[in-house]
Amino acid sequence: MSDIILETQGLTKHYGGVHALTDANFTLQAGEHVAIMGDNGAGKSTFVRQITGVEIPTRGKIIFDGAEQHFENPMDARDAGIETVFQTLALADDLNVPDNLFLGREIVKFNLGPFSILDYKAMREATMAGLEKTAVKIPNVNNTIRNMSGGQRQCVAIARTATFHSKLTIMDEPTAALGVQETAQVENIVRTLKEAGEPLILISHNMRQVMDLCDRIVVFRRGRIVANLRKEETDGQDVVAYITGAKTQPEYDYEAS
Amino acid sequence: MAETTHGTGGLTFDAKKRSWPNEANVFIALILIILIFEGLGAVFRDQSFLFDFNEARDGTILNMARIKIIILQVSIIGIIALGATQVIVSGGIDLSAGSVVGMTAMVTMSFAQTELVNGNPNPKALFGPAFMDLPALVPVLVGLLVGTGAGLVNGALVAYTRIPPFIATLGMMVAARGAAQWWTRGQPISFPTEGFAAIGDGMMPVVWFVGLAILFHFVLKYTVYGKHTYAIGSNEDAARMSGIKVARHKTLVYAIAGALAGFSAIVLASKNLTAQTGMGLMYELDAIAMAVIGGVSLAGGRGSIIGTVIGALIFGVIISGFTFLRLDAYYQEMVKGVIIVGAVVLDQWRQSRAALRG
Ligand SMILES: Nc1ncnc2c1ncn2[C@@H]1O[C@H](COP(=O)(O)OP(=O)(O)OP(=O)(O)O)[C@@H](O)[C@H]1O
Ligand SMILES: [Mg+2]
Repeated sequence: MSDIILETQGLTKHYGGVHALTDANFTLQAGEHVAIMGDNGAGKSTFVRQITGVEIPTRGKIIFDGAEQHFENPMDARDAGIETVFQTLALADDLNVPDNLFLGREIVKFNLGPFSILDYKAMREATMAGLEKTAVKIPNVNNTIRNMSGGQRQCVAIARTATFHSKLTIMDEPTAALGVQETAQVENIVRTLKEAGEPLILISHNMRQVMDLCDRIVVFRRGRIVANLRKEETDGQDVVAYITGAKTQPEYDYEAS
Repeated sequence: MAETTHGTGGLTFDAKKRSWPNEANVFIALILIILIFEGLGAVFRDQSFLFDFNEARDGTILNMARIKIIILQVSIIGIIALGATQVIVSGGIDLSAGSVVGMTAMVTMSFAQTELVNGNPNPKALFGPAFMDLPALVPVLVGLLVGTGAGLVNGALVAYTRIPPFIATLGMMVAARGAAQWWTRGQPISFPTEGFAAIGDGMMPVVWFVGLAILFHFVLKYTVYGKHTYAIGSNEDAARMSGIKVARHKTLVYAIAGALAGFSAIVLASKNLTAQTGMGLMYELDAIAMAVIGGVSLAGGRGSIIGTVIGALIFGVIISGFTFLRLDAYYQEMVKGVIIVGAVVLDQWRQSRAALRG
């Protein structure tokens, strides 16, 4: 068996009375690409927020890269090697593309603590290289995000994760607002990651995409994992049955137990 | 032929063509307002507003006396506006600056007193001789400390509680004014040392304002602190998800604004050679107006120090223009009110236009 890069045990998040995520036991092997599917509100993004330090789980364990992790904030998760495209994109509207790519990890000329001097030139060059590498096309990187189309924004968010080396990439509905060409581009980025042996968690509602890109599909329903399916052993109809609740794998059947 | 880079979907982009900066619009507004007063002056007073064609007194055709008064007038509040700019860009607001000026002026002045006034003991002496005739650095440091302290409290309230900035700083506004009165039970403090009096002497307030404006222009544009301030004002959640320690950063922003209000108080007390409990009354609104006129968006994320400096000049020109037209002081207060509301309306209009485009 290959190495486990990420494992969660009993990961749970309650927002007051809302049980958004309950007892999620999830594993990801090194180099594996796993899709998370599920209806709106199933808890997919909530799961992502727990393992990326955006929120602190109500309970449960996160084991990443061989050690138990207690991420206090997104910086901790990023420093540990997790790069994320959040569903909300997490871009600052009034900043341009290089500023957003390097937000929170700016390249500096002189380190003066919070007043460190920015190295705009280096960040711009790295941005251009990153965009080139990912084949993401933005007419003008000096433009602020506010003046970009929804798809362009998404491209910027994706370029941000792809520009930096990581041990795990997470994409929460990365192609939701994209046109045909841009979707193909993002899928190519994902394939590049696969070839490089970098693991990925992809959240998507697009069955074709998931079947094309991923090795395994984990289905969430009402805050719980209800199925863990190898791609070869399932098909679209089968997955939909799990998503809608027509089927539940026996080992995940909480109602019965 | 335009050189295109990263064109997509038939879109081309000319890298050489830079977009028109917002500050340029503000500058044009300044010129237009000056021209309006020139016109009104020609019609109603048969006099030029900023020019002096008859007697080339200073060897220039400018009315240097009036220009000096305008920039001197805006300098002290302008220093506060530099802090207000940062707070507003970060998505906040600071209503306490004027009261912090009052409190800081009182405390600072009490450490700046001289022992002998014309050979007689200082009639306003507050502390014993040990606290008299201190080097000017002491009251300056005390003033900066008081201002920064008030800013830190503002920042901590805004960053670590759910109290909105408007309410938190309103609380400080009332409390700091109270502290200013409590310090001497309402008595003014006068007779500073020569060293302290030199800080705000003559055109020194302008020197401080320009120097600090250059410093903070650099800080906002070229440092991590500046970048994070804009990021938090544009989208606080995104900033947090990008790993910025938002609460800590906000505290720092308010602390810097407090330090600037404190420094403004030092210059003001030094210039006036006295400190009174009512000093700085409503300065926060003038400072906010300067920033907003200069293009700083109350929604956060947008604006610049250059804009605010031009905004301060517009503010000064309008006030001075009405004096020039011989409107009495009561009208001036009303005009200020119109400027402040007008600036906010302008900001709303800019925002809705930005929303339409984006
Ligand atoms: N901060 C919050 N406070 C309260 N409830 C929340 C919060 N965040 C999410 N929820 C709730 O938790 C549940 C799961 O939300 P989540 O965003 O994880 O869904 P999702 O599976 O990502 O859905 P989608 O496909 O629409 O993105 C929803 O019912 C949502 O209303
Ligand atoms: Mg989601």
